[in-house]
Amino acid sequence: MSNLLSLTTFIPLVGAAILALFLRGNDIAAQRNAKWVALATTVATFIVSLFIIGQFDPSNTGFQMVEERDWLLGLKYKMGVDGISILFVMLTTFLMPLVIASCWNVSDRVKEYMIAFLLLETLMLGVFMALDLVLFYLFFEAGLIPMFLIIGIWGGANRIYASFKFFLYTFLGSVLMLVAMVAMFTDAGTTDIPTLMTHTFANENFSVLGVQIIGGMQTLMWLAFFASFAVKMPMWPVHTWLPDAHVQAPTAGSVVLAAILLKMGGYGFLRFSLPMFPVGSEVMGPLVLWLSVIAIIYTSLVALVQTDMKKLIAYSSVAHMGYVTMGIFAVNQQGIDGAIFQMISHGFISGALFLAVGVIYDRMHTREIDAYGGLVNRMPAYALIFMFFTMANVGLPGTSGFVGEFLVLMGIFQVNTWLAVFAATGVILSAAYALWLYRRVVMGDLIKESLKTITDMTSREKFIMAPLIFMTLLLGVYPALVLDIIGPSVAALVDQYDTATAAFGAAADLAAAPAAH
Amino acid sequence: METIILFAPLVGALIAGFGWKIIGESAAQYLTTGLLFLSAILSWIVFFSFDGTTENIQIMRWIESGSLSTDWAIRMDRLTATMLIVITTVSALVHLYSFGYMAHDENFGEGENYKARFFAYLSFFTFTMLMLVTADNLVQLFFGWEGVGVASYLLIGFYYKKPSANIAAMKAFVVNRVGDFGFLLGIFGIYMLTDSIKFDDIFAQMPQIAETTMSFLWLDVNAANLLAFLLFIGAMGKSAQLFLHTWLPDAMEGPTPVSALIHAATMVTAGVYLVCRMSPLMEFAPETKNFIVFMGASTAFFAATVGLVQNDIKRVIAYSTCSQLGYMFVAAGVGVYSVAMFHLLTHAFFKAMLFLGAGSVIHGMHHEQDMRNYGGLRHKMPKTFWAMMIGTLAITGVGIPLLYIGFPVGFAGFVSKDAIIESAFASGNGYAFWMLVIAALMTSFYSWRLMFLTFYGKPRGDKHTHDHAHESPNVMLVPLAVLAVGAIFSGMFFYKDFFKSDQYVGEFFGVIEKSDYAEDHASLGFTLVSPAHAATEASDEAEGDHATDEGDHAGAWPATPGQGAIFKHPDNHVLHEAHNVPVWVKLSPFFAMLAGFALAFQMYIRRPDLPAKLTAQQAPLYNFLLNKWYFDELYNVIFIRPAVAIGRFLWKQGDTKTIDGGINGVALGIVPFFTRLVNKAQSGYMFTYAFAMVLGITVLLTYVTLFGGAH
Repeated sequence: MSNLLSLTTFIPLVGAAILALFLRGNDIAAQRNAKWVALATTVATFIVSLFIIGQFDPSNTGFQMVEERDWLLGLKYKMGVDGISILFVMLTTFLMPLVIASCWNVSDRVKEYMIAFLLLETLMLGVFMALDLVLFYLFFEAGLIPMFLIIGIWGGANRIYASFKFFLYTFLGSVLMLVAMVAMFTDAGTTDIPTLMTHTFANENFSVLGVQIIGGMQTLMWLAFFASFAVKMPMWPVHTWLPDAHVQAPTAGSVVLAAILLKMGGYGFLRFSLPMFPVGSEVMGPLVLWLSVIAIIYTSLVALVQTDMKKLIAYSSVAHMGYVTMGIFAVNQQGIDGAIFQMISHGFISGALFLAVGVIYDRMHTREIDAYGGLVNRMPAYALIFMFFTMANVGLPGTSGFVGEFLVLMGIFQVNTWLAVFAATGVILSAAYALWLYRRVVMGDLIKESLKTITDMTSREKFIMAPLIFMTLLLGVYPALVLDIIGPSVAALVDQYDTATAAFGAAADLAAAPAAH
Repeated sequence: METIILFAPLVGALIAGFGWKIIGESAAQYLTTGLLFLSAILSWIVFFSFDGTTENIQIMRWIESGSLSTDWAIRMDRLTATMLIVITTVSALVHLYSFGYMAHDENFGEGENYKARFFAYLSFFTFTMLMLVTADNLVQLFFGWEGVGVASYLLIGFYYKKPSANIAAMKAFVVNRVGDFGFLLGIFGIYMLTDSIKFDDIFAQMPQIAETTMSFLWLDVNAANLLAFLLFIGAMGKSAQLFLHTWLPDAMEGPTPVSALIHAATMVTAGVYLVCRMSPLMEFAPETKNFIVFMGASTAFFAATVGLVQNDIKRVIAYSTCSQLGYMFVAAGVGVYSVAMFHLLTHAFFKAMLFLGAGSVIHGMHHEQDMRNYGGLRHKMPKTFWAMMIGTLAITGVGIPLLYIGFPVGFAGFVSKDAIIESAFASGNGYAFWMLVIAALMTSFYSWRLMFLTFYGKPRGDKHTHDHAHESPNVMLVPLAVLAVGAIFSGMFFYKDFFKSDQYVGEFFGVIEKSDYAEDHASLGFTLVSPAHAATEASDEAEGDHATDEGDHAGAWPATPGQGAIFKHPDNHVLHEAHNVPVWVKLSPFFAMLAGFALAFQMYIRRPDLPAKLTAQQAPLYNFLLNKWYFDELYNVIFIRPAVAIGRFLWKQGDTKTIDGGINGVALGIVPFFTRLVNKAQSGYMFTYAFAMVLGITVLLTYVTLFGGAH
């Protein structure tokens, strides 16, 4: 099937259209229908996406299943996957049915809610598959809108503030990216991503207003893209939108945000920054690495003192994303393998943690840690599942959380031992905040009157958790499932990067040599 | 067979943990215990049929990235085989013991099921511990390492309603993570230099690594020393050495069988195991070895001082464990890894026994743990008394000094502890030697103090409790009896294999080929040789045929690592020298033991009023010891509170005020933003600055695109 990728991408859109056009009324039956349609759509998407992974050949490091068509205004519609993007596609299609199932009890504007998620899925899948600059930008930016709505309409009390903050941060970054894209088009004469990845952008040093810019245009373009991806990631110090957005977002929104949307930043670094602007990456890499270290330590410490469960997990997400950016800009096999693995694994783990918070929020309608305590007495299944993901979150070997963190740290150790030592303190801090949270919420005697009647997880809730537990364990015990797929593509990326930066280094030496005489 | 040993406990844990509702609680108990006994029997078969040749059994691929290749695999050599019997035997006995100990538990109410969970945790722990010792690479070892940490966390916090138990559980995990932090860095360093994390590959490259200089942080240091040091940090955490020891006494919050299994016999010895396992690295890291000896000796001393004054019966034993682990590290640090493993093995028996005995007392006394409320219990629980007595005789090192009948005659602790003290002396490390001798005195004192307070004198404390004090059921006494056999005989039985001479040890650990010359004919029969040279002559006779030249004993061992389970540098003659120490050195631990006993006897039997007087007289010292040198308070002030304070500062001042403070100006007024640009200065410097930067880049890019950059 030659249009498998488009098919996968647009099934959710079709589902959304069906809901929008044919579903009438807002009674219980209509709500139920909306949910079933959404669930069926996302499941269908997942099943179709299985064909993608089935046809995928990991040893081929180029783009596969490429589709190319003419589009409006002379632009191209081009889609494809490679070893770096395919797992993000799979992650998305895998998680969306669970996300839909997790909002089974929502009763407020159900149809619109479902449409928003379906729309979001299409746009997210588009981001990971688009092979044309304009198309990518379109998916990337449009994805903001449904998420903005999900937080703004179905969010908590302070949702307007949070949604605007979310929108502004991410949008400002994107504007810069757009400018850089124009510059890229001017330089290379094409918007075709595979071509751009092999194009060498101008990297001669020049000075603007007396300031010497090493790496020239590449560095500037790198910075523009960085502004966008760093916010998405989010990296310190542009991370503060995330805790607010998470706190206000409904559970399902948080899951999508943490599990998939954040990964767009990391994917962007791998798709654009490293291959297209290797010199820029080389010049600015140390900055990213140090920001990552700051993020790991800073946000872990902040997580330690949070009083709101969701905020704590959100800060923990920022710390984990610090490992991702660090691994990417270590630019060696272990670093990038680890970064991608960490992103995939974080998709399952953080998603599950937000779902876990959702489980008790649905019962008690508060996220305050102090409102809980001793849940294990009445919710043994919940205690077990929460324990499992807490341990996965702190990177316990045997869970997927370990593999990513371990590989990233191993990669960075070869680059700079200072960074490795500082980043490894995250191992201690994460244990501290995660276990402290667990102790306050789950352990202890059940004293609070309000909790005396709390009920354990329903079978629907367990059913949603089961695949996440399965994947977390599977990838922890047999990570080759992921590493075999990404390995060759990452190796090619690292090779390409090393060649490009070596050439730049040689040119710089050459330029410096005459000056010495 | 190894695979069955390894996975039987896991199967038990999974079925008991998830299926107990289907099979029932007692079926879950029987199943886990039965599987553990299966593992234990197979382990002994493996141990005795093992010929010393290292085997690797692949199971599955694990983490592979670039040149990094990690497998799930089993490595079988003498170290592994020894650990297998220790772990599975103690674990099986603890499972059995728990039938009785956990039968009724007042921490849980009517209708609350906890037994299956407890047994599942125990079996799960056993599985991870087995993974640790069977690993053929550092990463899998780390899996087991963290796995036992989790199991320990779960079991310390088993009484989840008790806040103190929950805090202790968390503390154990986090403090261990501090050690793991060093361990991880060590793994990364080893991978960077050797391009592998498999033991075989690493060991083969050690001679080169010893010549390598590595830059780490601001240092340019010898790679072997640095890597050994980093790994030892991990070992310190797991084995509760000084500075990272604080979690171990608190871990006594867990049920007593857990303390016996995890916090005495197995998990806490993982650090010692690690150092022995990495002996090829350690042997090329002389400075780190000195550091290990220093830390081990200091811990042995420190923990013993604290043990002198504790009143909780379990805490006394916990500090005793901490102290004994220090002994093992001294042995490993001076380069007699076999002796470290020897003490690990004997200690596992007598310490597990002491804990289980203490558990029996606690059980019989209705969960009273304060020794001040015991007294005169030997009549109420005679069997437990005798078990504890054997344990005490073993730990204090009772034996017949200088008698040698092919092996020294004495309880397990006598043989292995003396071997350590003699090795410490032979290594020339005076500090370690004296610390260990003094610690031996204190060990004897606090052990006898425990015995006297518990079993002798008049009953103290609640009369009702004493009236109802009872002997424990047989299901708890049988494990004690089995362990008693180990506590009495394991030292004498294994002496030859772990300490007798380079020849025997080398053969046992598979380092050198087995020769026909295995029988020690000369020493058979009852001989009381001229004391000064008893052991020396025996060991010389044993080696006579192979190494006639006195200085060439190490010649029998290969000079490069890779052969067998442990490695010894050609210049390391400590094992041999340990047999040639002066007589007073051989006698010193014995007299230290006697002195400790005499002191305890004087203070707790003859003059029971003395302790109180002494306490009043030496109040500052007493409080200093009673409060464990104030380590907890110190850490609270320098680590925990600052971390929370910094976190709060970064949150309120960093995130909320500085970063958000800036952005809020925009978020709240995006539309009129450009019109009010002038007024923005006061609503946040950070944002204004950031925005100016963003604007700058935008303009710059546009400028360059249109007029410059592109050619």
